[in-house]
Amino acid sequence: TSLPLSPSLSFFLSLTLSPPLSLGDCPSDKSRTNMTENGLLHPERVLTLDTMNPNIKRVEYAVRGPIVQRAMQLEKELQEGVKKPFTEVIKANIGDCHAMGQQPITFFRQVLALCSYPELLNDNKFPEDAKDRARRILQACGGGSIGAYSASQGIELVRQDVSRYIVRRDGGVPSNPDNIYLSTGASDAIATMLKLLVSGEGPTRTGVMISIPQYPLYSAALADLGAIQINYYLDESNNWSLAVGELRRALEAARKHCNPRALCVINPGNPTGQVQSRQCIEDVIRFAAEENLFLMADEVYQDNVYAEGCQFHSFKKVLFEMGPKYSEKVELASFHSTSKCYMGECGFRGGYMEVINLDPAVKAQLTKLVSVRLCPPVPGQALLDLVVNPPQPDEPSYSTFMNERTAVLAALAEKARMTEEILNKVPGIRCNPVQGAMYSFPQIQIPHKAIEEAKEKGQAPDMFYCMTLLDEMGICVVPGSGFGQRDGTYHFRMTILPPTDKLKIFLAKVKEFHQRFTERYS
Amino acid sequence: ACKCGRSFTSPRLLPPTRISPRTRSDVDEGLQPDAPPGAMLARRTVGLVSRGGPPLTPRSPPGRSVQRMMAEKVLTVDTMNSCVKKVEYAVRGPIVLRAVQIEKELKEGVQKPFSEVIKANIGDAHAMGQQPITFFRQVLAMCSYPELLDDDRFPEDAKGRARRILQGCGGQSIGAYSASQGIECVRQDVARYVERRDGGVPSDPDNIYLTTGASDGIVTMLKLLVAGEGRSRTGVMISIPQYPLYSAALAELGAVQVNYFLNEERCWSLDVSELRRALADARRHCNPRALCIINPGNPTGQVQSRQCIEDVIRFAAKERLFLMADEVYQDNVYAEGCEFHSFKKVLFEMGPEFSSTVELASFHSTSKCYMGECGFRGGYMEVVNMDPEVKAQLTKLVSVRLCPPVPGQALMDLVVNPPQPGEPSYSTFIRERKATLSSLAERARLTEQILNTVPGIACNPVQGAMYSFPRVTLPARAIREAEERGQAPDMFYCMKLLEETGICLVPGSGFGQRDGTFHFRMTILPPTDKLKILLSKVKDFHQRFIQQYS
Repeated sequence: TSLPLSPSLSFFLSLTLSPPLSLGDCPSDKSRTNMTENGLLHPERVLTLDTMNPNIKRVEYAVRGPIVQRAMQLEKELQEGVKKPFTEVIKANIGDCHAMGQQPITFFRQVLALCSYPELLNDNKFPEDAKDRARRILQACGGGSIGAYSASQGIELVRQDVSRYIVRRDGGVPSNPDNIYLSTGASDAIATMLKLLVSGEGPTRTGVMISIPQYPLYSAALADLGAIQINYYLDESNNWSLAVGELRRALEAARKHCNPRALCVINPGNPTGQVQSRQCIEDVIRFAAEENLFLMADEVYQDNVYAEGCQFHSFKKVLFEMGPKYSEKVELASFHSTSKCYMGECGFRGGYMEVINLDPAVKAQLTKLVSVRLCPPVPGQALLDLVVNPPQPDEPSYSTFMNERTAVLAALAEKARMTEEILNKVPGIRCNPVQGAMYSFPQIQIPHKAIEEAKEKGQAPDMFYCMTLLDEMGICVVPGSGFGQRDGTYHFRMTILPPTDKLKIFLAKVKEFHQRFTERYS
Repeated sequence: ACKCGRSFTSPRLLPPTRISPRTRSDVDEGLQPDAPPGAMLARRTVGLVSRGGPPLTPRSPPGRSVQRMMAEKVLTVDTMNSCVKKVEYAVRGPIVLRAVQIEKELKEGVQKPFSEVIKANIGDAHAMGQQPITFFRQVLAMCSYPELLDDDRFPEDAKGRARRILQGCGGQSIGAYSASQGIECVRQDVARYVERRDGGVPSDPDNIYLTTGASDGIVTMLKLLVAGEGRSRTGVMISIPQYPLYSAALAELGAVQVNYFLNEERCWSLDVSELRRALADARRHCNPRALCIINPGNPTGQVQSRQCIEDVIRFAAKERLFLMADEVYQDNVYAEGCEFHSFKKVLFEMGPEFSSTVELASFHSTSKCYMGECGFRGGYMEVVNMDPEVKAQLTKLVSVRLCPPVPGQALMDLVVNPPQPGEPSYSTFIRERKATLSSLAERARLTEQILNTVPGIACNPVQGAMYSFPRVTLPARAIREAEERGQAPDMFYCMKLLEETGICLVPGSGFGQRDGTFHFRMTILPPTDKLKILLSKVKDFHQRFIQQYS
């Protein structure tokens, strides 16, 4: 297992190009031969921990890390009849809506069934608008089949629909389908954009600014690419807001060691749940323009805004409202996905990115690069098309669609409120309002004795806390150290996705556990 | 230092790259105020304009804003990832971009000497009219919309499969993330399939990783293998001709591409002596650690003999190379006397001396064989003898991308667990499968036969896979003209073929070939009627081309 490090420490280590971080990377003194099941000796393998890609060893992804592996093990043990102080494991580690019981949008799944098996188009059990959408998508596929490869950038028709969606969303700001790249979930596009940006060696190596706390895809992709991670801290005491002063501090510090070229923003925030104000977005854009930074806006939670007075503003829209001085200059890539919002269709791996002001020659390189992987999954492209082109008021599926959509979003808003309220009643747990997205990221007070015990075990204190919570209560949340946090503070991330009843039980268990844990280590 | 992959054969069309990124002031100095706005852009895109498309030229009228923008871009061709610039992928390269453009022109009513573009550039079965397997699509429809499980129209075995897959999904929805390694029940089914296929050689579901098409698995394995700098940089042996995913992935990873040549005179067979030569050469400048094999061959269509596979395994064991076996065409074997042998099976039949030491990753996909479901991006890899610590790293690495697309995983499950005798869908399934495979066999034969009647074209039998890779003899004058245009001669040939006949093939230079030889790759996928037209057009064109340049 690897030692989760505080962001500042891992930042320092990555700057000094330290040896890989996990324990297994220490020069191994064990015998260089292995016994096989047959009892035969064989020489050292070609591919070992010592000889593999060192960048990959630095990759960490807590959302599916050790705690989740332990949760799966516990589930297996429960199945095998092992006695535990709980009867089921509740996984609140990942924003996996359907796994938590959220129902898919009927219209979307009808169209996907029609696309999968077009003979159903002759069936009168499906509404006409669903059939029309399916026919339209199939016509845009090679040979009328979603089993054909699409263009590498994505099906043209879908890209056109995405563009129209963006224009509507952004109050008329134009969008060009040529600037839309469909992707295999948003993760794929984010990693691709970062890959394009990375160059240089030593002090000219590309640095990328990411928020702390962050979604660990970013740190993982940067480690994989050997780029420099530049941490800027969100202000927890100010509802996880982003202060340009902090961006400036982080940038200046980083310029001594690397070449910062990109700034990543997640809005609404993951894991922190804040929704950025329009003013703040403007400030960030101005900062990026002044400092010559490429902007990456992760906007996959754009429909998940719950708090009164909060509203989602896309970076693209704000950029264009700031006038040509900015809108003709600032390079921006923004990302969206089918996995979140009200649809939560994670398994389809659908998504897109829109690039603005990208150098045409770089764009040609991007198109070439994505062509090597042939195309994003076509069912995911079809689903994305439905997300950006849902039933319209005059269509037969409209009212069902709206009912389903509203119900999901209203339930999420209720759970967001409830989570904040209940957690804040627990002495030693403090959480900001979940203004948007799907997570709460409360700060937890961990007693000194617990911190010491964690250190003895070689665990981050919040990992120790979360592991104990899992083992005693069957509740799976992700320690804050997997996302990054200010030194000496501890958090966990939990999703607000469990159904309301289960969420109440869940929160009650967290409360009970925290009190017990605090007593035990006081 | 730049550690981008090198090729020893095919000429690179892109200009050499600058290694150090420009700073902002470099760019400012580089901007010539006298130059017409956009000139810089034009210069930078020279290497790419050969794809012939206006998309690269700025649409808006040049003005001050354009100039200012160009001066201050954060991300330019000079400052981007230099390894990415070296990536080439001919299968979707300039010739295909031009084909797409011609299709648009035809739609707009532009007169051409042909009425449609026939794309034989890529193994895209459904796009060429192949019909999906009914059973697979029925199950996928039910997985997408489980209310259909109550519908009488679907056979019970299809419903049974859909229920089973849905039960393997979180919340019984294919919209949930799966485990990053893939749905457990699908991995179990894959392992059982591998055991059946390999005559009982055991397979462990823990060694199966589901992937986003085979490409994803291959790139992930290569990524794990790449390490070192300079002379210790990882080298990877790939066949020439190769499927350009390999060269592209190696370029992107900055690994060293080590070419070994297949023997065209002997039906594109693989000689161990050539492996030895390539390895010895490469050891002088890099650290060769892996050997990639594509069997049945892409683009070359050969099917490896059991003996040859044994020889390769022995070689890998002796030279301590990690084996990567790309076996996505395992059901596509047409020639009499040829049979598919998996590397895994042969490895285990060679006894524990090999089966407990040689590290192997083998790859399969839903995109080829009789199903041709490319769009779903389903696939798997099986790892054998992988160091458990490395396996843990692999599992961690794939978790960052969460999971392969679940519909593709569901489809993979159906491919490895199709209708069985006694089940209601069995006879239809077998009929559809046979029809596709026997038609492909017929087209393989037809392609070889007709191409070999053309003087100046010589092709090996298409023993398997989906492609013919004929050698074309090009007149010296044509070669000179191509060189004057800065094009590879076979690119020149294929481009001309496209412009004059509407047929889209991929030049051999995109796959690699011996210096001084020229080829093209064409799929055998167009329906028989269309394939005949295509072949006769190629024949006419070739004769005309020879005359024109003689």
